[in-house]
Amino acid sequence: MIWIAVILASAGCYALKYLGLSVPESVLDRPFVRRSADLLPIALLSALVAVQTFAGGQQLAVDARVAGVGAAVVALLLRAPFIVVVLVAALTAAGLRAFGLAS
Amino acid sequence: MNSDGPSAAWESRRRVVLRDSISIGLAVGLYGASFGALSTISGLTLLQTQALSALMFTGASQFAFIGVLGGGGGVTSAITTSILLGIRNSLYGLRLARDLDVSGSRRVLAAQLTLDETTAVALGHEHVDDPRGFRLGFWATGLAVYVFWNLFTFLGALSVTSVGDPRKLGLDAAIPAGFLALLWPRLRSGSAWALAAVAAATALALTPLLQPGLPVLAVAVVAVIAAGLGVDAPTVEAASLESPARPTPPTESTEAPPPEQDPPS
Repeated sequence: MIWIAVILASAGCYALKYLGLSVPESVLDRPFVRRSADLLPIALLSALVAVQTFAGGQQLAVDARVAGVGAAVVALLLRAPFIVVVLVAALTAAGLRAFGLAS
Repeated sequence: MNSDGPSAAWESRRRVVLRDSISIGLAVGLYGASFGALSTISGLTLLQTQALSALMFTGASQFAFIGVLGGGGGVTSAITTSILLGIRNSLYGLRLARDLDVSGSRRVLAAQLTLDETTAVALGHEHVDDPRGFRLGFWATGLAVYVFWNLFTFLGALSVTSVGDPRKLGLDAAIPAGFLALLWPRLRSGSAWALAAVAAATALALTPLLQPGLPVLAVAVVAVIAAGLGVDAPTVEAASLESPARPTPPTESTEAPPPEQDPPS
């Protein structure tokens, strides 16, 4: 099942790339399409941040993940590179759990 | 060695383009290690993880795919979310098509390399009347990112196959942090922040009501409605897509290659 999803999603992403190189500019170059392409990543990534931080299945919870993501915000404000942001979040959450300060 | 003017100038430009391409390929490739690690933790096998980097090969979509599955979402949500995040690559393709001028099997290859990073480097080396820097920037960056991204995906996936409880290592916090780092460079305007806030609130409000994975997709509807209402939040890449052809002084482009700061998306 996961393999089918990997193949289908990859095919879809490839088709979108190929489409852009192949269609006449006028077909896709419309303000609505351009705005959608700018807004969709912001909305989807923000939703993913929220859900992955607070959701466990269909339940909402505040646990060590929140502190981890908070630490990631600080790292981003300090212009840390991607890998550091991810590590800071993991270490913060792991540390709080190791000391029994958060679930 | 031919030392007449135009050829010598191209030689030095060529070196700058290649240096930019390889350094960006390496920088972006390193993020592949986080992808490989997080994908394995989300429950994908090493081979599935590697297939995503080799076949899907577009960072934000790959992270979304594993994020939705890891969060308990269905495969349909995972497929849809990753494809929606790939829409912007179509617009990069549009912008690249004229100067790249590829057809047949070269277009088949070029399509797979159509990404934020290749577009940014190609546009950074665009010259009026001379597409060589543009084309070299595209192909060299594409090849470098592809090789390093896949190599580091493998190493990242391999490094966690022996890890015990991912929660103990805080890796469940690393996943939203990764999404946040992908989102961060796009939050450059008030409307972008507002949309991000509405999207996050909507997704959380829907979480108890819908199957995992669906709240994130419902948020896509919010984004499309916002686009229909004329809300605009151009990203750096989108803004550069609209800029006219500009010659790039070699020294500047090495000091500040724009995509190196941003995570792959």
